[in-house]
Amino acid sequence: MAMQMLPPDWPGNFWAHWAIFAVAVLVFVLLMVIVFIWFERRAMAVMQARLGPNRAGPFGLLQSVADALKILIKEDIIPARSDKLVHWLAPVVAFVPALLIFAVIPFRGGAILADLNIGILYIVAISSITTVGIFMAGWSSNNKYSTLGAMRQVASVVSYEIPVVLSLVGVILLAGSLSMQQIVAAQNIPFILLQPLGFLLFFTGALAEINRAPFDLTEADSELVAGYMTEYSGMKFGLFFLAEYAEALAISAIVTTIFLGGWRGPLLPDWLWFLVKVFIVFFVIVWIRTTVPRLRIDQLMALAWKFLFPLALLNLLITAIEILVWPAVSLWVFVPINIAIAIVLVVLWSKFFKLGWGKVEV
Amino acid sequence: METTKEIVINTEPFVVNFGPAHPSTHGVFRMRMTLDGEVIVDMEPVFGYLHRGIEKLAEERTYTQIIPLTDRLDYLASMSNNLAYCLAVEKLAGIAVPERAEYIRVIIAELQRVASHLCAVGFFLNDCGAFMTPVLYMLRERERVLDLFDMVCGQRLTYNYMRVGGVSQDVPDEFIPAVKKFVREMPGWLDEYERLLKENEILLARAKGVGILPRDLAINIGASGPVLRASGVPWDIRKADPYSIYDRFEFDVPVGLAGDCYDRYRVRVEEMRQSLRILRQAIKDLPRGGEVRSQVPHLIRPPVGEAYGHLEGPRGELGFYLVSDGSIAPYRFHVRAPTFINLTALADMMRGWKIADAIIVFGSIDICMGEVDR
Amino acid sequence: MTLALSGKDIAAKIEGKFPKSVVEAAAESLLVEAESLSEIAAYLKNTPGLDFDYLTAVSGVDYLDCFEVVYHLTSIEHNHSLVLKARCYNRENPVLPSVVGLWRTADFQEREIYDLLGISFEGHPNLKRIALWEGFEGHPLRKDFL
Repeated sequence: MAMQMLPPDWPGNFWAHWAIFAVAVLVFVLLMVIVFIWFERRAMAVMQARLGPNRAGPFGLLQSVADALKILIKEDIIPARSDKLVHWLAPVVAFVPALLIFAVIPFRGGAILADLNIGILYIVAISSITTVGIFMAGWSSNNKYSTLGAMRQVASVVSYEIPVVLSLVGVILLAGSLSMQQIVAAQNIPFILLQPLGFLLFFTGALAEINRAPFDLTEADSELVAGYMTEYSGMKFGLFFLAEYAEALAISAIVTTIFLGGWRGPLLPDWLWFLVKVFIVFFVIVWIRTTVPRLRIDQLMALAWKFLFPLALLNLLITAIEILVWPAVSLWVFVPINIAIAIVLVVLWSKFFKLGWGKVEV
Repeated sequence: METTKEIVINTEPFVVNFGPAHPSTHGVFRMRMTLDGEVIVDMEPVFGYLHRGIEKLAEERTYTQIIPLTDRLDYLASMSNNLAYCLAVEKLAGIAVPERAEYIRVIIAELQRVASHLCAVGFFLNDCGAFMTPVLYMLRERERVLDLFDMVCGQRLTYNYMRVGGVSQDVPDEFIPAVKKFVREMPGWLDEYERLLKENEILLARAKGVGILPRDLAINIGASGPVLRASGVPWDIRKADPYSIYDRFEFDVPVGLAGDCYDRYRVRVEEMRQSLRILRQAIKDLPRGGEVRSQVPHLIRPPVGEAYGHLEGPRGELGFYLVSDGSIAPYRFHVRAPTFINLTALADMMRGWKIADAIIVFGSIDICMGEVDR
Repeated sequence: MTLALSGKDIAAKIEGKFPKSVVEAAAESLLVEAESLSEIAAYLKNTPGLDFDYLTAVSGVDYLDCFEVVYHLTSIEHNHSLVLKARCYNRENPVLPSVVGLWRTADFQEREIYDLLGISFEGHPNLKRIALWEGFEGHPLRKDFL
């Protein structure tokens, strides 16, 4: 039986609720992004047998603050023949959607800015707008490298939207609602156990959407300098940088809410559980970045269309069948079945799968 | 009846410059690529940005003064450069080298090979995108080798250690126990890297079948070192034309089958293991005591003539062609630079692949600009 | 051990096929006429038993009365080597035939000799400066440069 969700009993009217929460969400995101940048640098350093930032402040905690100050006071260079308005708007269009996602993330029982009953649809729609900003950046820079980088980005995001959305539909079927609050409420068993394949597909697809390793070819410094960000300096570059970490934070928060049970958990207070889970997911993202090499663009597309997309369809089919056969006993029966199915499918499919199409005849 | 006209979008190839200052070309190297979308249609390498005129400078210096110049050729494997040059002068002047010096030379040369390959493999993986983690692990082991070299000659990069007729000074007492410790622990570290990398899906997808150098082309362009051996030619100067005392040691020469980037990477890792094998034998047989430098005059005057001395360096066959006119400085000093010659087939290896692959192919040849440009 | 073939033995083999092409046959090297260089090189590469398929190095030397280009040849199959030389006596505009058609390794090495010594190679597809920039005056490795 799902938990009873009490309506929020905050003082004041609708506008007061909105004002307090908007400010709280902004502060939370900006603060967490700063902490995440520090955390990533320290974690990567430990995994690479070195120290990481440890000079600015105790344990290097003020390093991100120092970097932010440095970026703020840098000169803003605009290329002479660029499209000025688009060049100025691009970082804004790239950063704002990452903030907007947090409007529907429940931080604790009842603490949510807007309890939309179409929460997941809103998230999927808003997160695609970032790509428009990135393409605007690449196009307006009037630079071959940036345009190439931006086009790769658009191709990869469009390809990965489909498996991501399909894996979310499995969760929606189990919870019976699109609202984020209801999804958290329905997780008596965390959905990562009930939907292991869906979790893997969503995680991989989300990593590709936010351009983190191993899918970070659009900003690989081994290749076209910095891709779409080449011609940006000063705070505009800072906004792109912040946008990348804000998206990583958003993905961590979404994975926590949808697959790990959000703020639910024994013993500790619920906001602490939420933070702990977000940190764990982000740590896994950093761990993957440190460990694996990078994929090429055609290998990326092949992975999306030939590997993730069919598996997402199969996942949806299997979840639908399981819901029809809903056991009267307990949902725990499905946990080992789903995990077994996930392992078998992934192993089988990877045997028949070839990454990319190699050399082209010129 | 209406017919619709097919709209053909005209695309044309455009030229992109991977300029001399670029985060992932190893050193100052420029590639002018003609791209069609993302596919490389043609590539022209342009270098010479690090040309310092070493061959001309050497004509003004005595034979011993040239040794620091050779350090700066392939600065990631300076000991091998010194050794090759000293071998060439010894061949020209007919100077013999004492036993203990020969063993020390072999130990140092193989340690240098391990250090250079660690660097090469680490940066190859960095080009594949494994953001710095393999590089830092391998540089950690390379630091141990550099500490050993520091013990021997006080330097970490440009050693100036070999002399004509031996080495410049004997190794200190703590050197051999430290080498024994290194040789004992290094295979464990190699296994650790292999566990993470040898069967890594993404590395296999990026490097297997990419940038193939066919066997006949490899011989025709005069490739040498791991590049030649990965293409299936078992040609190693240490076995084919043994110099110094290499004919006394037992070791294998790893040979690849396909000639792609993955094979070059595997050949380098296996060569590191074989180097450790040679090191174990050399440490065991090192003669106690004895001089490390034969009596040569301060200013060497070789008889009139010429000689070509070569050895198997980490990057390939490094040779020096010396012409002497009887005076204290060589009349002509020519370097047969392995990476300069290995680059001949770069355009052929890259055609038809994408930009991301170009970086990987370039990284797998393992160049050092000091040697390419001299 | 790589057997360094004696110039005298190879000279004996060549005299039959290409008369009057050998200038000097010493124990360590073989000096041939510049005009017959391409034919002799092709003969050395393609004859079974000689099979010099690997050109180790191409070096240029400036003896003040002539330019000399030295080819170090190796055979991977038989593991023997030979030193082949060719001279050019024209100081103003030295020209020698190129061996790029036989061994592609000469591509960059001949360009370098052209750049630093000024010897032009006939038949080279892309003879431009390689180590110095376009527009550099002079050839630094010549003895009369500095």
